[in-house]
Amino acid sequence: MTKVTIFQDLKIKSEYEITSNTTTIGRHDNNDICIDNLSISGRHAQILKAGDDYFIEDLNSSNGTYVNGNLIKKYLLSNGNEIRIGKYELKFQTDSAAAKPVREENEFEKTMIIRPDSIGLPESAGDSKIDKQMNAIAAKLATEQQQHKAPPKNASLQLLSGANAGKTLPLTKALTTLGKPGVQVAAITRRPTGYYILHVEGGANNGHPTINGDIVGSKASPLNNNDIIEVAGIKMEFNVS
Amino acid sequence: MTDKNIIYIEGMTDTGLIRAHNEDSIGNDLSISLAVLADGMGGHKGGEVASALAVNTVLNDLPGELERCKRLEIDENVSGYSYQSIAIKNVIEKANSVIFQAASKQIQYEGMGTTIVVTMFYGNRMSVAHVGDSRMYRLREHEMEQITSDHSLLQELIDRGFYTPEEAKKSLNKNLVTRALGIEESVKIDITEEIVLPEDSYLLCSDGLSDMVDDRRITMILEENKAHIDVACSELIQQAIDNGGHDNISVIVIQPNKQGSGLNKIVSKFKDIFS
Repeated sequence: MTKVTIFQDLKIKSEYEITSNTTTIGRHDNNDICIDNLSISGRHAQILKAGDDYFIEDLNSSNGTYVNGNLIKKYLLSNGNEIRIGKYELKFQTDSAAAKPVREENEFEKTMIIRPDSIGLPESAGDSKIDKQMNAIAAKLATEQQQHKAPPKNASLQLLSGANAGKTLPLTKALTTLGKPGVQVAAITRRPTGYYILHVEGGANNGHPTINGDIVGSKASPLNNNDIIEVAGIKMEFNVS
Repeated sequence: MTDKNIIYIEGMTDTGLIRAHNEDSIGNDLSISLAVLADGMGGHKGGEVASALAVNTVLNDLPGELERCKRLEIDENVSGYSYQSIAIKNVIEKANSVIFQAASKQIQYEGMGTTIVVTMFYGNRMSVAHVGDSRMYRLREHEMEQITSDHSLLQELIDRGFYTPEEAKKSLNKNLVTRALGIEESVKIDITEEIVLPEDSYLLCSDGLSDMVDDRRITMILEENKAHIDVACSELIQQAIDNGGHDNISVIVIQPNKQGSGLNKIVSKFKDIFS
């Protein structure tokens, strides 16, 4: 069971069991948890349930939402967290984590597949803990994945300086290397999540490539449309559509 | 293949402390600088069967498929990928249908599936293809970077800003994958190509490692054992077990051989606009 206990001046005022995916907290009486006090905004905060995880999110309240003394916008709650809104303390308690280890040995943290079509989970994942909402999120994501997540393919570099300024270099391959061997070499790699640039070769004397003036290291840095990169002294603009 | 032993590969897999079976499978083929790791799931023995089918299909079919794709002389500027990447993609698709068909024919294998991560090194390059939440990391200049992006509900939610990466580490929703082999008739495979540098180390692992051991500790173990990657493998597994060993644990560590032929000349071809 997952619940919040509401305290006022260290005394228990009320208790509320969290069952739905969204639980709103505020002064107005159309909230799931209504606290009629002027220190609380009309719609102050909400608790979101995602599978076994619970979040608290501040809904741009006037006086803010605090967890264990820190002002938060959104926070992943764990058992025993103390939430403060206005003059009230809310204690969050859940056994959703504690309940896990008691499950059968082969059920423990078992990896399960959410089918892309999401017409229910496959037989092997007949776990009642995965609620319908999770399936709905997965279905939405699966659709989005098919529609939008294809990596962008129309990317190019427009040279802004050097002898070939004005020329466009299309980035058609999964991997493109740029630069002058022995001076400075960078690689642009196309990953499913987008295009990235990383430094490959070239000592400290020659410096590293840059994106909008920031140094590119040996870890991949993401490239965004209209970023200005400089490799081996040549400036170019990255374009992606 | 002329690039003989351009890399070293060591792998290890362990059941862990909680599970009754090891549903992970690993394999490699040094003659083509290939490594494969799969994390099976579902059914009674289905997970073991699915991951073994995936690894075996890749090991058996890739050499022939590489030859076939090479002969096709695919223009990389048109396809966007090296012929090696295309061959890898083709054999993973084959593995998908092999598992899908086995699952639909035999009732005891119904619903089985597996993740897969396949990597191959050639010249100064490598390709990595994956489906699911098995990962590839690269250690370069003392920094570790995750090259693959999980096909998991959690990663999707991170990408959409619902979880911060810090929150995700505490999340209880770790174990839901959104893509796997053997579940559908077709499967979407992510492929990335990267430049390889002589001092790099690469790690393939199942979530039994990445869920149990944090990145800093993994980095430390890889760095401390650069000269002995077999020791690195057993240390990584031991660390996952010491931390609870909740799942099967598989690791493959790959290191370019500095004496290898392709890697000394770091980048051979350049766009002429720079010269």
